[in-house]
This record gives sequence, structure tokens and C-alpha cells, in this order.
Amino acid sequence: MANVLIVAEQGGGHLRKATFHAIAAGREVARRTGGKLHLALLGKGIGPLAQELAACGAEVHAADAEVLEHYLAEAHAPVVAGIAKACDATFVGAAATAQGKDLLPRVAAKLGAGMATEVVAFGGDGANVTFRRPMWAGNVLAEVEIASQVKVFTVRATEFGVAAREGGGSVTAVPVAIDAAGLRTRFVEFREVKSARPELTEARVVVSGGRGTKGDFKPVEALADELGAAVGASRAAVDAGWVPNDWQVGQTGKVVAPELYVAAGISGAIQHLAGMKGSKVIVAVNKDADAPIFQIADYGLVADLFQALPALQAKVKANK
Amino acid sequence: MPIKILVTAKRVEDPESKIRVKPDGSGIVTEGVNYKMNPFDEIAVEEALRLREKHGGEVLVASIGGDRSMTEIRAALAMGADRGVLVKHEGALDPVVVSAILAKVFEQEKPDLVLLGKQSIDDDQNQVGQYLAERLGLAQATFASKTESLESESEQKKQPGLLLSSDGKRIGVVREVDGGVETLDLSLPAVVTTDLRLNKPRFASLPGIMKAKKKEVRELPAASLGVDLAPRVVVRRLEEPPRRKGGVKVADVEELWKKLHDEAKVV
Repeated sequence: MANVLIVAEQGGGHLRKATFHAIAAGREVARRTGGKLHLALLGKGIGPLAQELAACGAEVHAADAEVLEHYLAEAHAPVVAGIAKACDATFVGAAATAQGKDLLPRVAAKLGAGMATEVVAFGGDGANVTFRRPMWAGNVLAEVEIASQVKVFTVRATEFGVAAREGGGSVTAVPVAIDAAGLRTRFVEFREVKSARPELTEARVVVSGGRGTKGDFKPVEALADELGAAVGASRAAVDAGWVPNDWQVGQTGKVVAPELYVAAGISGAIQHLAGMKGSKVIVAVNKDADAPIFQIADYGLVADLFQALPALQAKVKANK
Repeated sequence: MPIKILVTAKRVEDPESKIRVKPDGSGIVTEGVNYKMNPFDEIAVEEALRLREKHGGEVLVASIGGDRSMTEIRAALAMGADRGVLVKHEGALDPVVVSAILAKVFEQEKPDLVLLGKQSIDDDQNQVGQYLAERLGLAQATFASKTESLESESEQKKQPGLLLSSDGKRIGVVREVDGGVETLDLSLPAVVTTDLRLNKPRFASLPGIMKAKKKEVRELPAASLGVDLAPRVVVRRLEEPPRRKGGVKVADVEELWKKLHDEAKVV
């Protein structure tokens, strides 16, 4: 009868889509344990978002304070830990976003808990819920148990569905006693890379470019825009400064699982594959017939991407 | 202002090695596998060296493991670190235990900054830095990076990405986060974990390798630190993920389009 607390994430005036995948995961854990699902939402001026979250049918613990305006692990962690204790949560989870990964280990430390990062599935029930997670860049799947009383985790959003709005939830205000002057961390600025394209981890189609683009992502972006797709990149492309870091798909970048993944000019290093091998259909376009990417591609085209991508784009356009 | 930095160097399987699970799922096959320093820790060591080169101070490298982890300590010393600490422990480790051990080393050494790789590429847990920061009541900044690319002039000149204030009391960190880049300012001592694009680590020079043999490395058994060494995260079983079936090569864009449209029905 163990309760579950899922920590929601918000920014720019809206709830992150990944949160709804985490809630689906939280619901599954609550089903396995027979406990109740609770949600935590932190920030400033989050009233409307808290109401939106309540539509998921859970009790939403909303901590609304000036000191929580910009996300800071040092300020957020004690508030989340307090909520976890207040709702008697045995399981505390969140989506494995940059924020989730930064925050939850600190929450775990506050609660004296062990933590499983980037869980892809759960097992067992009652007090013995287990966690399945990737290790060694996804070459291994591990079944882990957490021996502490409280168990903390982050989930890979792409492995869980989106929680439906069931209605019937509620919002409880959480008093926040963090002294801003006492914090050792100060938020300076956030430089957003805005895009009109779908979010990489949510897109139905992803077109990625690598070293083979030689820095010219125009054919990659043009094909992506024709397909209404997100644009991704290999580590090499980001390291070279050709595209923003946020576009990196891979073991330590974004993990994506779209219906269609087109890898253009990407050789297929293990670390890149770790980020996209869950895609439904993989297309590889590369001049090198021996590129490792062809081993996992459903359809491989040995060709110059500067010819092949525009040609494919034209076909997509003609058939609309 | 000179700065004393504690940096970690974990011994991990070489990312280029083929990782196979033993048939009984009890572990990975270690025969034929090469080992090296966790690539993210290499970046942390490099950043520590750059900060010392710019501001003066000391770089102390710590590793936790068996005798063989000495190799990774010597590798960091060869890059230029000043001294090492090897905490001997043969059993399984998890972030709870590792952070408890590092907290003790922190108490003994009292560095101004703890630098770690954001995750180790064997367990990919990405927890130790954050857990340690909370244990010590310090500020944390994970996924430290920089805005200049790895091909830039400032990178060629080996400029540190982390910005130490002139009074040596605060450090500025640029972080890679979802949707962009964030800048935080932390008061020291603090914990920072490194991401891929913070720097390109240097290769150890031959003189560096020779000097490393003479640098001081303190060895101590983990049990002597008075921490609970029982892992909280216990791996019960390993298995290999389902393999993707190989696909086909298509002759041209025409054929690719037909396959995607008629067969796979994704466009």
C-alpha cells in the first residue's frame, strides 16, 4: 500500500509533455503497489498549471513561491522531499529530463533513498516493485531493486504512454519556507533556443544530420520541415558547433523513439544508436556503404545526402 | 586566487569494447574487455587542470575501486594532477555508497571545488555529483558545458569553461539543459559535474607519464572511513535488449519512397 509521488515539470508557462509520460509511469507503480498517486508542482504563479494537472485525477501539491521562480535543485529538493514525506510516498519519480536528472538524486539524498535513473519498465508488486534500466549505453538492460525504504526514480518518457485526463483531482497549497538569501546557488540566465518544430523527444518523425553534412544542415532541415519533423544531430555535429547541443541524439543526449528516424551522414557510433534504436522505422543515408548505421537501419541508401535528401523531400511534397 | 580541486577518475569498460552479458545474467563478460578512465571524468580532470593553470592551486584525483583503479589515478597524474587518493573497495558500488565515500574524502581534504563526470558510462546513473552536493549541503551545477565550440580559439588555448570569481569565492557555470543553455553562479565550495562539450581532454605527455610515477598517492581501505558500504541499488539480473533485425539496402530515392509509403506506411 505504498504511495507514489510524481514531480511535474513546468516552464515558459506550460507543463512539459514529458510530465504526462511520468504520470502514466506513476499510475502504473501505484497500481502495482495499491497506493495512491500524488503529484508535485513547483514554481511561481503556477495556479492554472496546478489546475490543469489536477485533471489527471490525482492530488496535486502545489508549491507557489518567489524563491521557486527559476528552477534550482538546491531550492526545489527540500520542497519536494517535504511533499514526499507529507503524502507518505514510498516511490518518488519524475521524467528523465535535464531537470529531472539534476533534481531527483538530490531529493533521494534528502530522503536517504536509493535511486534508479532512466527506468524503461517496472516489475513486481507491493513492496517489491523492481526497476528495469539501461546500462553501458543501452547495451545491457538491468533489473534492479532498491533496498532503501523510499525508492526514487526517473523514467525514460518515450517508454511510457501519455496519462489520460481522468478528472477528479484536487490542488493543495504547500507552504514554502526556503530563505532565498541562504541559497548557495544563484540563477543568472537561461538562453533559450526557440524552435517552431516539434520537440525532439515527442516528434513522430525525426531527421538527423551528422558529420556527413560537413556543417550544412539545410538539406536535413528542409526535409524535416517537409515532413513536419524534428531535427536531431550526432555528437560530431554538435561538438563542431554546427547545431545547438539540444539537438544531440544519443546515450548522453536525447533518447528518441519516433515512428520514423532518418539518419543522414551519420556513421552510427554505439553512443548515437543508444539514443535512437527504439525508433519504429530507421532510414540511413550515407556515402559509406560500410557505415555501422546500416546494420540497424530498416532501409539503407548508399548515396550522397546532398542529392538524396532533396530528392526525398520532392517526393514527399509531390505526394501530399 | 588559487583553488584546490578534488576530481574523480573512475575505471570503466572502454566504450569501444563490445559489452556482452553472461548467459546466466549475473554480470557482463569481462574477458577481452579493455578498461580506461570514464570519459566524463577525463573532461573533469582536464577542467581541473585548466583552472589550476589559470589560477594556481592543487588538483587531487580520487578513485574508488580495486588495485587496478591505480591505473586511472596514474593516468590523471600523467595529465598533470598533483596527488591521488585511492579508496580500496572490491565489492559493488552504487551512487549512495560512492557519494558517502567521497563526502569523507571531502571532509579530509577540504577542497574548494569537487569536479566529477556527469555519469559513468558503465552504470549511466548520473547521480553521484548531485547526491554528494546534498550530503555536504553544497550548491550543485550538473552538465557543465560552454558556449564556445570545441573547434573555437578559446578551446585551442585551453581556457577553462568554469569562471572563477576574482575573490575566489564563487564560480560561474554554463549548463546544457533542455531547450537551451543556462548559467548559474555558485558559492564555493561547490560540486560541478561535466558534460561532453566542456573541453577536449589533453593526452598525457611522456614527461608527464614519467613524473606521474613519483607523485604521491594515498591508499586507504573504504572500510576505514566509517561509512555504510551496503549498496541501496542492487542489480539482480542483466540481459541484452532485443536486437533490431537487419534491414535492406534500397537502390535509390524512388525505391526508398515506395518502401516508406507502401510498406512501412510512415509517410
